[in-house]
Amino acid sequence: MAQVVVVTSGKGGVGKTTSTAALGAALARAGERVVVVDFDVGLRNLDLVMGAERRVVFDLIHVVQGSARLSQALIRDKRIDTLFLLAASQTRDKDSLTDDGVERVIRELRPSFDWVICDSPAGIERGASLAMRHADLAVVVANPEVSSVRDSDRIIGLLDSTTDKAKRGEQMEKYLLLTRYDKNRAERGEMLCIEDVLEILCIPLLGIIPESKDVLHASNMGLPVTLNNPASAPARAYNDAARRLQGEQVPLVVPSDKVTLFSKLLGRRAA
Amino acid sequence: MSTARPSFKFRGGSFHALVVRPESPIEAWLADVDVLLARSPGFFAGKSVVIDVSGLSLAKQAFLGLLDELSKRDIRILGVEGANPADVDGRVPSLVRGQAERPDTAAVPAVQSPQAALVSSLLIDAPVRSGQAIVHPEGDVTIVGSVSSGAEIIAAGSIHVYGTLRGRVLAGAYGNQRARIFCRRLDAELIAIDGHYIVADEVEPHLRKAPIQAWLEGDELKIMTMN
Repeated sequence: MAQVVVVTSGKGGVGKTTSTAALGAALARAGERVVVVDFDVGLRNLDLVMGAERRVVFDLIHVVQGSARLSQALIRDKRIDTLFLLAASQTRDKDSLTDDGVERVIRELRPSFDWVICDSPAGIERGASLAMRHADLAVVVANPEVSSVRDSDRIIGLLDSTTDKAKRGEQMEKYLLLTRYDKNRAERGEMLCIEDVLEILCIPLLGIIPESKDVLHASNMGLPVTLNNPASAPARAYNDAARRLQGEQVPLVVPSDKVTLFSKLLGRRAA
Repeated sequence: MSTARPSFKFRGGSFHALVVRPESPIEAWLADVDVLLARSPGFFAGKSVVIDVSGLSLAKQAFLGLLDELSKRDIRILGVEGANPADVDGRVPSLVRGQAERPDTAAVPAVQSPQAALVSSLLIDAPVRSGQAIVHPEGDVTIVGSVSSGAEIIAAGSIHVYGTLRGRVLAGAYGNQRARIFCRRLDAELIAIDGHYIVADEVEPHLRKAPIQAWLEGDELKIMTMN
């Protein structure tokens, strides 16, 4: 029976889709059966990051509205055969998602997978609230800056009040994934430091993903960053976060790209 | 033999009320009230009003007529000041203070109006998140945790925050000048007591991020560190 995870943030552009793909791929590479579901109907991106945009026939809306079966809409990843994608529709909007339809899709996905990871749209409207409603666990993605942290705080409030789990009187498990973290800039006071963010949000930390050009490079390649370059700093950070999701105790360090004299020389020559 | 003893509790209390002083001639004064109500229909809504007739010498009939006119305008009268208790029959509010020049007449003892009782306090054992609003029209609010930027606490009484206060807090919001605000660390967007407020920009630098208490001194909102 699957754990249903929502990857959410409130604010746009903080790395929800990147994180969904990276965590999904990392879990699948560890042998887990994973489906990543794109709830960003109308602005779909997860298929691009997963490199599946040219294989989408049926999407979440088709399944929600009953015009396609789940098995027809699930797209298997080309590289890892335990990783699946349920894409969002680009031509519809979030009003096409019905409460009953979404509930049915999640219920049908649960028995066949170990992890159902829902990529929430930005905002706090219908799409975002449907993405979080059936979740067992939430990964709150935030950048170390004030507006992102405040929006995440708002989302945590909604996770604690509007989800099914909250309405049953249970406590929603919430973890913070701090993305685009730049140690040097935080030390110079140009962004919030980790302690500040944790002090405001008061939820346990799942991982710290360093700012890196590898992330952009991987999404341009249509690959989750954990598959494109597993040795890169963000990939190692996402892998650690995925292991923590599986319940492993992994010491928390911010992986960084090692800058050796050799690579510095090389970089200078290339520039 | 054991019989259940009926519970009987009482306590002293003092309440704020709006005192309205009608002027002679009453008809012209009532017309002014109508103009005021036309401009702001909710002026007397929810307020407890005491009318002070000590400046008027009204016969019993005229006095009862004035009460009728006021109740027609939905002005709830909690009490009367300066009336002759002999003019007061059963349908008139019971809080009556007699005229000074007639000390021989016994005043009817004041009774407490049920809506004015400030009793219950609210304890919240979790951080208050951005977008959440805690509204407590009865008494004090205590938060064990932080109040986030974008969150709001509105209380009839005092507000205590055992954490960082980053949001907006409005103490004494239903008219209580004695309400106070306490927090472990002040970083608030706005703090207000009984409608007197200051915003973050107006907070003096040495008070920022400090443990503070805030209270009203006359019309001035004061803040002091509590180190």
